[in-house]
Amino acid sequence: MHKLTVAELSKGLKNKEFSSVELTEHFLNRIKASDLNAFITVTDDLALVQAQAADAKIANGNAGILTGIPYAHKDIFCTKGVKTSAGSKILDPFISPYDATVSHKLNSADMIMLGKANMDELAMGSSNEKSFYGPVKNPWNKNKVPGGSSGGSAAAVAGRLSPFATGTDTGGSIRQPASLCGITGIKPTYGRVSRYGMIAYASSLDQGGPLTQTAQDAALVMNVMAGFDEKDSTSIDRAVPDYTQNLGNSIEGLKIGLPKEFFSEGLDSGVAEVVMAAVKEFEAMGASVQEISLPNSAHAIPTYYIIAPCECSSNLSRLDGVRYGYRCENPKDLEDLYLRSRSEGFGAEVKRRIMIGTYALSAGYYDAYYLKAQKVRHLISEDFKKAFQSVDVIMGPVSPTTAFDLGAFKDSVSMYLADIYTLSLNLAGLPGMSIPAGFSNNMPVGLQLIGNYWSEEMLLNAAHQFQGETDWHSRLPEGV
Amino acid sequence: MSLSEQQVKEIAYLARLSVDDGEVEQTTAELNNILDLMADLAKIDTQGVSPMSHPLNMSQRLREDEVSEIDQSQEFQAIAPQTGKNHFLVPTVIE
Amino acid sequence: MQRINSKVRPIGIHDCQKGCSMVWETVIGLEIHSQLKTKSKIFSGASTAFGATPNSQACAVDLGLPGVLPVLNKEVVKMAVTFGLAIDAKINKRSIFARKNYFYPDLPKGYQISQFELPIVGEGEIEISTGDGKVKKVGITRAHLEEDAGKSIHDLYDDYTAVDLNRAGTPLLEIVSDPDMSSAKEAVAYAKKIHALVQYIGICDGNMQEGSFRCDANVSIRKQGAEKLGTRAELKNINSFKFLEKAINLEVERQQDILEEGGSVVQETRLYDAVKNETRSMRSKEEANDYRYFPDPDLLPVDIDDELLEQIRSNLPELPTEKKQRFINDLGLSDYDAEVLTSQKAVADYFEAMLDVGADSKLSANWVMGELSAVLKKNQTDIENCPVSAQAFAELVMRIADDTISGKIAKDVFKAMWQGEGSADEIINSKGLKQMTDSGAIEGIIEKIIANNSAQVEQYKGGNTKLLGFFVGQVMKATQGKANPKQVNQLLNEKLS
Ligand SMILES: [Mg+2]
Ligand SMILES: [Zn+2]
Repeated sequence: MHKLTVAELSKGLKNKEFSSVELTEHFLNRIKASDLNAFITVTDDLALVQAQAADAKIANGNAGILTGIPYAHKDIFCTKGVKTSAGSKILDPFISPYDATVSHKLNSADMIMLGKANMDELAMGSSNEKSFYGPVKNPWNKNKVPGGSSGGSAAAVAGRLSPFATGTDTGGSIRQPASLCGITGIKPTYGRVSRYGMIAYASSLDQGGPLTQTAQDAALVMNVMAGFDEKDSTSIDRAVPDYTQNLGNSIEGLKIGLPKEFFSEGLDSGVAEVVMAAVKEFEAMGASVQEISLPNSAHAIPTYYIIAPCECSSNLSRLDGVRYGYRCENPKDLEDLYLRSRSEGFGAEVKRRIMIGTYALSAGYYDAYYLKAQKVRHLISEDFKKAFQSVDVIMGPVSPTTAFDLGAFKDSVSMYLADIYTLSLNLAGLPGMSIPAGFSNNMPVGLQLIGNYWSEEMLLNAAHQFQGETDWHSRLPEGV
Repeated sequence: MSLSEQQVKEIAYLARLSVDDGEVEQTTAELNNILDLMADLAKIDTQGVSPMSHPLNMSQRLREDEVSEIDQSQEFQAIAPQTGKNHFLVPTVIE
Repeated sequence: MQRINSKVRPIGIHDCQKGCSMVWETVIGLEIHSQLKTKSKIFSGASTAFGATPNSQACAVDLGLPGVLPVLNKEVVKMAVTFGLAIDAKINKRSIFARKNYFYPDLPKGYQISQFELPIVGEGEIEISTGDGKVKKVGITRAHLEEDAGKSIHDLYDDYTAVDLNRAGTPLLEIVSDPDMSSAKEAVAYAKKIHALVQYIGICDGNMQEGSFRCDANVSIRKQGAEKLGTRAELKNINSFKFLEKAINLEVERQQDILEEGGSVVQETRLYDAVKNETRSMRSKEEANDYRYFPDPDLLPVDIDDELLEQIRSNLPELPTEKKQRFINDLGLSDYDAEVLTSQKAVADYFEAMLDVGADSKLSANWVMGELSAVLKKNQTDIENCPVSAQAFAELVMRIADDTISGKIAKDVFKAMWQGEGSADEIINSKGLKQMTDSGAIEGIIEKIIANNSAQVEQYKGGNTKLLGFFVGQVMKATQGKANPKQVNQLLNEKLS
């Protein structure tokens, strides 16, 4: 049962091949037996209650297409009555009193929340080693990282502990773990999925999306997750298409751009081979390929690592031990309360980014760092604008290497450098995907697809067509 | 631009984070290592380029002036570290 | 429009004990926080009503729960633009919300959403009267929107500060003046003018006790004629016009003393203590303030289109200056009377409500500015809390106009009305205060008085016409004040000639 896709499970439920309770119990048992550490909280009781309700709906014949389908919810989305920690000690005591819009939408679609997926603390990290709840293991090789920050989500789907998982992507946090775990992930256009109740890392970059086995599943879930939300000022009031509608379209004539900057030094040759083979496959399906240039993409790392820390330094000020969350023991005065609650509550990487952001915004440095980075961001965004005048989709690697060993990176900077191919589209607000494209050294490699604003349908269509010709997405880690 | 240990202490305090004397040297080194990554920014020609603080060129949507929220103070107080008489409590602040 | 910066004037020669005769001039700028009279908060749908149970009006957004987001209240934007139009200011068609970062328990998010580089209202100006009958223009640097903080309560517990976040997220318009005022009196005149204006245009209730209208004063002094501004102190916590004047004067004295003793003024925030009548340094808030303003990424630029601007412009209520001019032109009031009656919206409203029920404008003006304001003052209350409604007061004034009672009796009737004894007519009837207009009866009384006071009659006829007052008094006494004084005068003149 666990090997089935969301689309297949939906049919099975409808045809009464199994019930939602059976399905839910099956996944809950798999989670219990798993050693991936993909979940921070498992919500068995709640899941079974939801499953019973779903079964009742199915029996009554008023089930929706996703009714009764279980999922893993990244612990960054607020869930009423359930701990929402975002992987941080400072929110370990936080039982959210409200639901994020995405949580509400998934509930309303009668989906079954299995639990809250592990993640890098407050979405800061690319390996899921920064979680207060310990690292997550890659199902393909348990000595390796699953990627981050949606590492728990990716491992859960790749390890078939859940048919689908939510994720968020600020600088690659959906695409990179999807790539490293051999699954499908889409980061929608900024503003497409509501950020309300999604604990903010960097507000102008964060965007939620699904991690699934297939593009078709991603389309099914996007139909629920996407949409305007009046509670989010940055949400866009624009009709949501049925993302499954055009999956079958031919991609003949699709113009693919390969940015030369994405294939230069630093890219692992094994990864490059897989990516180029995948591009060839698209060519065989009738797409044309041309080289393009994104001259400012090399600046994405310093730009992102100024802007994101600036925003997070301010976003995380609310975690102060006053109204909710962790408070240090016996604070002797207010200063002590602030200093110790925050120092004890945040991990080292979060503290570093808060300090970098605080510095970059402070008097005398604002222009050189924050303002400068926002200008370069504009240049990066203009590069894409120019590129999309001649191509429909940009393809390239997601990550310069396959999944690395747990503990391989000792310092922050070398980890930052690995985000080189994913950051720039967050800066521009564009949608992007990672789809399984092959293997290098027995580890999965993802292909990145970048589209113009609001081109999710085209991306999903291209990915679905590719998945019709290949079977990389249905390969399973040993023992699953 | 490179940070001194004194600056690191000041920044930490602005962010209400404590950096012990034992940690300050390492923290300073780590932060400077990160800042080295940013050195390239200064070299980029951005003359005439406007800053982009938001990915989409949009205007703020305005909501109608209506009271839509109900009193949820019981639920909110229940998750607070310390409360009393329906207030959030902190150690005495001297003004 | 180019704004003309008014010259700073000297406060005069200061006579300190040491006998120096240095001439200082004072420079004052005000920052006024005006709470906007909306139903819901600036970025959330929680109520803004005053005086609710602690924290009952602090919703998830106001508490800064993880993941919540702000959405701007349309009314707040309209109110700010209304203010901008009222002072003929530049309206920035695109304005930006920024975050002002600092930690404080009553600031839930660790930052205040405010406006920094691009405020909604740009430069404008307002005229104040400086007391010597002259008017002065005070520049307004800007007015920007921001959210209020909550309240920290220090006296509820011995060992804790209690935080009530009901006020957090209440919309504020912060009105920043140019440093154009040169005395405490001018500062008060300016503050009162803004106070009246925000009430006129209906954006603020002006209640200073409840903190709906708060002034901070930036005060510095410099030698007369000096170009450079002196180091300023920011005075906070001033919640009445009286205290504003006192606090500024105290601060000017303090700075003079420092400078004359060769010291230098430190730039700092000082708290005004009304009980001790002193200002003191708020050192606890002074350390390393670096607010790290940057555009709030959760909010987008506020664009005001021409349609909205025109809609607001066409709904702009009558402004105080316009009302004053109308009172002069249409009602024939003097400049002075029109100024007094329009300087507070509540007074103007009361006065106009009297005219609505038919009271004479000049008589109403006299009675509002005279007896009514005297009694209000004596009872230490204001016109909003006056126990006698404008309609009831109008009825009283109309009884004077139609000669039912004299002005003197009217004062007694008003006292009874104040005590809640009934309407003017009810009191006049029940106490039998209706004026005697039967000339035959008055004549009879006059004849009796003339007969009983022959000596005075002789003197009067001998040229001591001052004695007329004596006879009037006798008649009024005999009629218990109910005789029509005009009629009495007339009849006495006839009988005594
Ligand atoms: Mg302010
Ligand atoms: Zn002197």
